[in-house]
Amino acid sequence: MSFSVTEPSPRQKWIAGILVVGYALITMLPLLWIVATGFKSSADSIAYPPKILFEPTVEGYVNVFTTQTRLSNEMAQEPRENLPWYEQLVREKGNTIVGQSRYTERFFNSVIIGFGSTFFAIVLGTAAAYAFSRFKVPLKDDLLFFILSTRMMPPIAVAIPIFLMFRNLGLNDTHAGMILLYTAINLSLAVWLINGFIDEIPIEYEEAALIDGYTRFQAFYKVVLPQAATGIASTAIFCLIFAWNEYALAVLLTSGTAQTAPPFIPTIIGVGGQDWPAVAAGATIFLVPVMVFTILLRKHLLRGITFGAVRK
Amino acid sequence: MAENVIDRAARATPPLVAQKVKGLSDRAIAWIFVAPTIAILLAINIFPLIWTVYLSFTNFRVNRPNSDIEWVGLRNYERILGDPDVWITMQATAHFLIWTIVCQVLIGFTLAYLINKKFKGNDLWTTIIVFPMMLSPAVVGNFWTFLYQPQIGLFNYIVGFVTGADPSSFSMIGEVSLAPWAIVIVDTWMWTPFVMLICLAGLRSIPDSIYEAAECDRASKWRQFWTITIPMILPFLMLAVLFRGIENFKMFDLVVQLTGGGPGNTTTLTSIDLKREAFEKWRTGYSSAYAVILFVTVFGLASIYVKALNKVKQR
Amino acid sequence: MKNRMMNSAATIGLLLGAGLAGTALTTTSAQAADLTLCWAAWDPANALVEMSKDFEAQSGHNMSFEFVPWPNFADRMLNELNSGGTLCDLLIGDSQWIGGAAENGQYVKLNDFFDQEGIDMADFLPATVTGYAEWPKNTPNYYALPAYADVVGWTYRKDWFERPELQAEFKEKYGRDLGVPNTLAELKDIAEFFQGREIDGKTVYGAAIYTERGSEGITMGVTNALYNYGFLYEDPENPYELEGFVNSEGAIEALEFYKELYDCCTPPGASDAYMSQNIDAYKSGQVAMQMNFAFIWPGVEADPNVGGGKSGYFANPAGPAGQFAQLGGQGISVVANSDNKDAALEYIKWFAQKDVQQKWWDVGGASAMRAVVEDPGFASSQPFARTFLDSMAIVKDFWAEPAYASLLLPMQERIHNYVVAGNGTAKEALDGLVKDWDEVFEDEGKK
Repeated sequence: MSFSVTEPSPRQKWIAGILVVGYALITMLPLLWIVATGFKSSADSIAYPPKILFEPTVEGYVNVFTTQTRLSNEMAQEPRENLPWYEQLVREKGNTIVGQSRYTERFFNSVIIGFGSTFFAIVLGTAAAYAFSRFKVPLKDDLLFFILSTRMMPPIAVAIPIFLMFRNLGLNDTHAGMILLYTAINLSLAVWLINGFIDEIPIEYEEAALIDGYTRFQAFYKVVLPQAATGIASTAIFCLIFAWNEYALAVLLTSGTAQTAPPFIPTIIGVGGQDWPAVAAGATIFLVPVMVFTILLRKHLLRGITFGAVRK
Repeated sequence: MAENVIDRAARATPPLVAQKVKGLSDRAIAWIFVAPTIAILLAINIFPLIWTVYLSFTNFRVNRPNSDIEWVGLRNYERILGDPDVWITMQATAHFLIWTIVCQVLIGFTLAYLINKKFKGNDLWTTIIVFPMMLSPAVVGNFWTFLYQPQIGLFNYIVGFVTGADPSSFSMIGEVSLAPWAIVIVDTWMWTPFVMLICLAGLRSIPDSIYEAAECDRASKWRQFWTITIPMILPFLMLAVLFRGIENFKMFDLVVQLTGGGPGNTTTLTSIDLKREAFEKWRTGYSSAYAVILFVTVFGLASIYVKALNKVKQR
Repeated sequence: MKNRMMNSAATIGLLLGAGLAGTALTTTSAQAADLTLCWAAWDPANALVEMSKDFEAQSGHNMSFEFVPWPNFADRMLNELNSGGTLCDLLIGDSQWIGGAAENGQYVKLNDFFDQEGIDMADFLPATVTGYAEWPKNTPNYYALPAYADVVGWTYRKDWFERPELQAEFKEKYGRDLGVPNTLAELKDIAEFFQGREIDGKTVYGAAIYTERGSEGITMGVTNALYNYGFLYEDPENPYELEGFVNSEGAIEALEFYKELYDCCTPPGASDAYMSQNIDAYKSGQVAMQMNFAFIWPGVEADPNVGGGKSGYFANPAGPAGQFAQLGGQGISVVANSDNKDAALEYIKWFAQKDVQQKWWDVGGASAMRAVVEDPGFASSQPFARTFLDSMAIVKDFWAEPAYASLLLPMQERIHNYVVAGNGTAKEALDGLVKDWDEVFEDEGKK
């Protein structure tokens, strides 16, 4: 490489590298701690000083998926050899499994509501974004800006009328209601982001297709969509992550049927006292997919979080 | 976001092929494509907003289905604006807002500056640093209460280890003097990467040629930093501040999980206060007025800010 | 899901039919229903699950349960009621909700049902009937069946109290024997005595008390001091007249007492503690005494570290103005919005039987039925049974007004602000509370 005034010296690179890596390690500590706590026994999880080395156990994972009650005296006498391994594990702590916990249900609610709302937001958002990008839509900029405004409202403020509306329509605590609501909120992101992606596709492609005898719809379908596919896919992941992480609306508008995982995980408690390994296990299962998505999204991350205002 | 509105307003709608195409007319397609979005927005955004404004002039309560709804004029607004407790929550919000932004801008910019030195593996580490901001604030916030526990919490332990203080001698979320900082720390941990990414984009958008020219003029590195780097990335920084400002004005999930607004009402941000009024006391009319006030505040502050941002960009 | 919907549809049909016939209270329905019972997530709830298997076998109905942890319980369930949800058919709702739920038609009124089934409220402890079932208070209008009798009491480390060296040291310092305190002031002495002491190589602390901010914790704690120093919710002669009663001299003294207790004698970081935090502190051997609802006592007895005779129990000690204790506990109600009201009533009928109530006590529940608790063998049935009875005899409850939440929230804020955050004085806190409550009652049109 030729010498350039803007190319940092190797020493500068070293110092910068060390500082950044140091920060990254510190910032990862709480997350690593969540993962580690998930594999601790409850005694190890509240040990003083905090234990860095410990004997791993899947107790937390068993606890997060089951409900337990204290073992009665008769049951404590029973032989344990023939019981399944998880029951044996629980019995050692003087408890017995009485059933499945609600965690699985809540997790799948998150999946259903997350994917459902993402699907609708992307389908509707792509259509609207295409129209905004390629046609003269009256009041386009006002509309676009207004679409965004819902994101500026505190979610609690949004929740007040939605709560009333859902109550009258019987949509409180339903999957349909939450999908509708998250679709509406994600639409703003979807329209803004996809609009940007479509703007970047040269209009000449479509014009060529139209001259070749494609209908406008075919041109959209066969020319524009494939070109915008990666952009749309990353937008979809952003929508999914939003719905996945959303808490305020979920806590107010859902209860036993359609509750998602974020309002549920903080309420995981054990038999007497908070069971941190179980909370950590539940959190780990819930957080890891998002980390994977983050890696997939690397390229479009910035664009997604700034509503397309900053494009690399 | 502001940028896009302006960009797009400036750009004329692209010329289309002026020929009659088969199938639906462009106009029809435009309508079919936009209509569902407009319909959903009308149903879930606009109609509820109008309803909120209407409710804000009444004494309606969700938990009193049998009592009459009375029109109370501006009384809800007068009560909110005259309530010293509301101003206390505003102050708590302002403290949170200002300090998170200051910390995040300082740390975020520094990190971006360092990453821009393009050391080996900077992409990988950037991705790692970004993780916290993608995660669910409620779930992570809840776990931070564990990290903040005196004695057994990792945070207290590390602080104790570094400073020599007794880890059980202070409680980040239990003490009035520390709790406001406890929430600033967690928010900074989560959202610094956001500012970092925007700053990084800003730094990378500065053409090398400008520095090369400055080098020819024998400007010192220090001078280059203040006369080139800072002005060039100012619009990006301002955009980051805008986003963080709006987000933290809305802040609910993280703080409610961390402190629940306590101790006392030290960390009761407006969103938390609003939630209590609306969904615990069920004063629907009153809290609707509260919501309208917050909405106007965010919108007002954001528009003023966007104007300033545009001025900076035009320079 | 689908099944449930089908059933609901069938039940609506049934209800309509029953309505035409002139009564909606058919208690024997041939239809097997899916009933959901909502309650707090705590030990007694798990015991109820086990017990309910008998009901399922007898009635053919299916029971499912929705348990919500205490800090979120009121929020979630009141939200559920106000949103017109159909999640819960049966709700074991907290005692203070009854006013709102009754006035807004969220609970089914049970008088006719009780008459029809021969369930007599005189068979239940009077305090629980008033506290859990009646609205308006002290009138024979019932919206619940007393389901779980509970009251704040104290648990202490009997094994520590009985150590000769500690007894000698205590006697020397305070001039009396180390034992169950007779007054709150004595309780504070004991807490101070244990605070920071080294026992078996571990630093221990005086007492775990309620300080929780988010829901109702600190209110449920501080009232145990307030009542006993002369705090009254209102002028007994003049309802909703608060000035001089809520902020009386005694009330101020009580609040100062609670703050002193918090400052001097609680474990570090106990700034947001409610039931489960206090259990943790106690079971892990951190504290000599804990304030907690009586529901924890069966768990304490069974605990490998502190159970089996190591713990003792006492009712909330007296203060200068008398001896009272904060009422906890709940009644079981039928949710008016439920699609399975008949089956839900069947459950209540089953639950009100003497032998079921006896079993309820045996498995770790807390019966409010007099035939159970006034049985001669009751007081000796468990080490804590005597204390439970004594405590139930001195209960007082928080406001059960429809505006209960609006009354609770400022109390949480004012008290936490003074006791934990250390802002202002006790008088300012209580004066502020009078102002807040006056405002609520004015809004309610009660004054």
